[in-house]
Amino acid sequence: MTATRVVVDPVTRIEGHLRVEAMVNDQGVVTEALSSGTMWRGIELILQGRDPRDAWAFTERICGVCTTVHALASCRAVEDAIGVQVPVVADIVRNLMFLTQMVQDHVIHFYHLHALDWVDIVSALKADPVATAQLNQSISPHWAMATPGYYKDVAATLTKFVESGQLGLFANAYWGHPAYKLPPEANLMAVAHYLEALKWQKELVKIHAVFGGKNPHPNYLVGGMPCSIDLQSDNAINIERLNLVKAKILEAKDVVEQMYVPDLLAIASFYPEWTQIGGGLGNFMAYGDVPQNGIGDPSKFRIPRGVILDRNLAEVLPVDPKADNEITEEVGRSWYRYPDGKQKLHPFAGHTEAHYTGPKPPYQHLDENGAYSWLKTPRWKGHAMEVGPLARMLVGYASGRADFREVVDGALGKLKLPATALFSTLGRTAARGLETQLVIGWLMDEFDRLLERLKVGDTSTANSSKWEKSTWPKECKGLGFTEAPRGALGHWVHVKDGAIHNYQCVVPSTWNASPKDAEGKRGAYEAALVGTPMAKPDQPLEILRTIHSFDPCLACASHVYGPDGAELARVRVR
Amino acid sequence: MSVLKSSLDSTYELLARHGVSRRAFLSFCATTAAALGLDASEVPKVVHALETKPRLPVIWLHGLECTCCSESFLRSSHPIAQDIVLNMISLDYDEVLQAAAGHQFEQIRRDLIEKAKRGEAKYVLAVEGNAPTKDGGVYCTSAGETFSSVLLETAAHAEFVIAWGSCATNGCVQAAKPNPTGAVPVHEMVKDKPIVKIPGCPPIAEVMTGVLTYVLTFGKLPELDRKGRPAMFYKQRLHDKCGRRAFFDNGQFVEQWDDDGAKKGWCLYKMGCRGPTTYNACANVKWNGGTSWPIQSGHGCIGCSEDKFWDDGPFYERLSKAVVPGVEATAQKIGTVLTGVAAAGIAAHLAGLAFKRAQQPAVPGSTSKEVQS
Repeated sequence: MTATRVVVDPVTRIEGHLRVEAMVNDQGVVTEALSSGTMWRGIELILQGRDPRDAWAFTERICGVCTTVHALASCRAVEDAIGVQVPVVADIVRNLMFLTQMVQDHVIHFYHLHALDWVDIVSALKADPVATAQLNQSISPHWAMATPGYYKDVAATLTKFVESGQLGLFANAYWGHPAYKLPPEANLMAVAHYLEALKWQKELVKIHAVFGGKNPHPNYLVGGMPCSIDLQSDNAINIERLNLVKAKILEAKDVVEQMYVPDLLAIASFYPEWTQIGGGLGNFMAYGDVPQNGIGDPSKFRIPRGVILDRNLAEVLPVDPKADNEITEEVGRSWYRYPDGKQKLHPFAGHTEAHYTGPKPPYQHLDENGAYSWLKTPRWKGHAMEVGPLARMLVGYASGRADFREVVDGALGKLKLPATALFSTLGRTAARGLETQLVIGWLMDEFDRLLERLKVGDTSTANSSKWEKSTWPKECKGLGFTEAPRGALGHWVHVKDGAIHNYQCVVPSTWNASPKDAEGKRGAYEAALVGTPMAKPDQPLEILRTIHSFDPCLACASHVYGPDGAELARVRVR
Repeated sequence: MSVLKSSLDSTYELLARHGVSRRAFLSFCATTAAALGLDASEVPKVVHALETKPRLPVIWLHGLECTCCSESFLRSSHPIAQDIVLNMISLDYDEVLQAAAGHQFEQIRRDLIEKAKRGEAKYVLAVEGNAPTKDGGVYCTSAGETFSSVLLETAAHAEFVIAWGSCATNGCVQAAKPNPTGAVPVHEMVKDKPIVKIPGCPPIAEVMTGVLTYVLTFGKLPELDRKGRPAMFYKQRLHDKCGRRAFFDNGQFVEQWDDDGAKKGWCLYKMGCRGPTTYNACANVKWNGGTSWPIQSGHGCIGCSEDKFWDDGPFYERLSKAVVPGVEATAQKIGTVLTGVAAAGIAAHLAGLAFKRAQQPAVPGSTSKEVQS
């Protein structure tokens, strides 16, 4: 094997536009990697001068895959700035929206964006339907579709599709690659569940339609939620709507507990070597979410807040995203520049000017010594951090939370693996499934909390006391945060004279996919790719496995605001 | 569209039309099988493949966008996404779902374009998102090429173009002022192809799949309105089909979030609802398998299928504060004019209703008995 530079552009089965360049040595091992976001839209610049109460709708359009999370962070940022408390019921409804999104997003990530890195569709053609049903029954005894007849039908559908000669989404891929390890029956089971998950994913998000009118991009409201609740009304959230929500939660519980998690553990058991690959940074951060006592009380979050450095699970460090000395963004290796030669800025002080210095398209390679991405480089106290399901599960685990310990230790026990196995590509993928197990339980808990409030007559969904701009301070700043499916998300807003003066988002995939910083420290993707062995460098299956384990979302990541910021900051759109 | 119809013919049908006999076709199949190194027992499979109508190849491009259109498409209840992708179209190139990545992925698009150039294949181009035009297009690249060049190259050999969502049809959020990247909708780039525009942020799932299945079933494009939208989904204003319309006519409005009127489902016009100037199927088809739609769930319409809706804000301010006393414009009249004019028309519409109410005896706290003549 000769040393080579592998370019994967576009990385598919993600949201947005991502390019990876990997230097692979003559042993077939990745020695260096560049992660490059190749799209930029400038939404934060577009927000300047607008009504802060509209910001949720603009920022929601940062991403349609993790729809709702930017709307939530935006509402919280503006509420923090103008000083309004959200009613308890509205907080619970937001939790229901948030947890619904998390479950739906994680399941479709596993089956539709990640599974084909582990599952060989062509091998599935050789599966015996009876043996496949037995395999499925052995891992999920109560799953009603684990029958020979069902798998015969799926096999026939698959065969017909392949024999049509039009492979569509599955054409020209890596089937037969030596890194695929599943037996034909496991492959057929996974293909069947790819289709089941596709059918199911549209159901759970009906919860978003109930409370927010539609999905993708349901409606939010500064000060609460727009959906009124009146149990005696035929035009508000009433018992019929609540029953629909409950039915969808129960359906999802079956999918998660009897399909997703058993499939995940079964597939993982064939890939033990991937617990040794792709560990990456070893630094993890979560802002936390799912408030039980308002967003201002992180001690009562279902998803705890904290930082873990250097894989040290004995210590969880505090993190304060609002503090002015913790989070910074750098642009030294990005296609932006800061004024006055500044190197790093806190999001509240964020200033950006697009400054493309990359190669003129069409191009073959990026410049590894120069700037190479539309993503900035966020750092926590100077450290590169990984965010996302693995970070959250580790913070919960290391914080000693019994619910986290139970699911993590349970899975590790089944796979006969130590906790250190989590620091890997497979650990990241497994953490997403284990988190979904927790989240589906919380979804039911939050629904019960809602009913408890309704039983005591509390139906208030909006606090309009600060709706009018005349009630706002002349100038104020606010932070809104959440734990998006892909990790810690923050919005920083500066409101002046009733309009947005400055708006900055630092999003999960920017943390994970960031280019290097001034000291040359890699971001999470880059760090995780180094050391990856590749069987066939021209078929980048192993790179896709590790990159997909993060669940990239590039429209989010490359949102950052734009050219000539100072001058355009004065633009008011009316 | 006859061209579209022929693209759906099987290889056998194509040959038959050119005078090739059944016997000659079967002989051709046997030769093909032998050339592929297949056993004689495999010949019937070759016959079957060549007799079967190919699914319509679709190239789905992603420019500056947020992928909400793809997500919406996957939410379709009838038909479900699986049926479309496995049985109706051949989704040959789509970044979001494709198994292959990088150059293996790009090869698919190049091969299809080359085949189309040689007249051996036909495909439809679906576009989600739009192209940045500033600074040489560096704000969106894929495989080292600008999105604008990929779009133009792929559109040049497509049968027709579907512009999914507001990004592709009107520019959407990245084209809102000051439009930092110079984002332009597809019709400003692609001038020589039929373009079916499906606006919305995102469009409704069943509208997206409805348009595709209409084309596949009837072999022609649906009737388009003057803006290039399928008339069957974009003919009506939401206001005309809105479940809260009676409250508008009665002058019963939500005045504050979660007030008594909100709980009763009164009209959201005063909370900024754009229903009176928005053309879409939300009130008919609804969202997520008919579960609800924005106005039903208590928030005004933000007009996401209308041109420049992001700059038609702020969202919570009424369409127009102008009052034209004593003038009544009907809903139908308003519907035929441009958005800006329509806003004034709505004010007139309301003013007219208020005028009628003023002529009736006032009943404090009750407007429900007012009758609209």
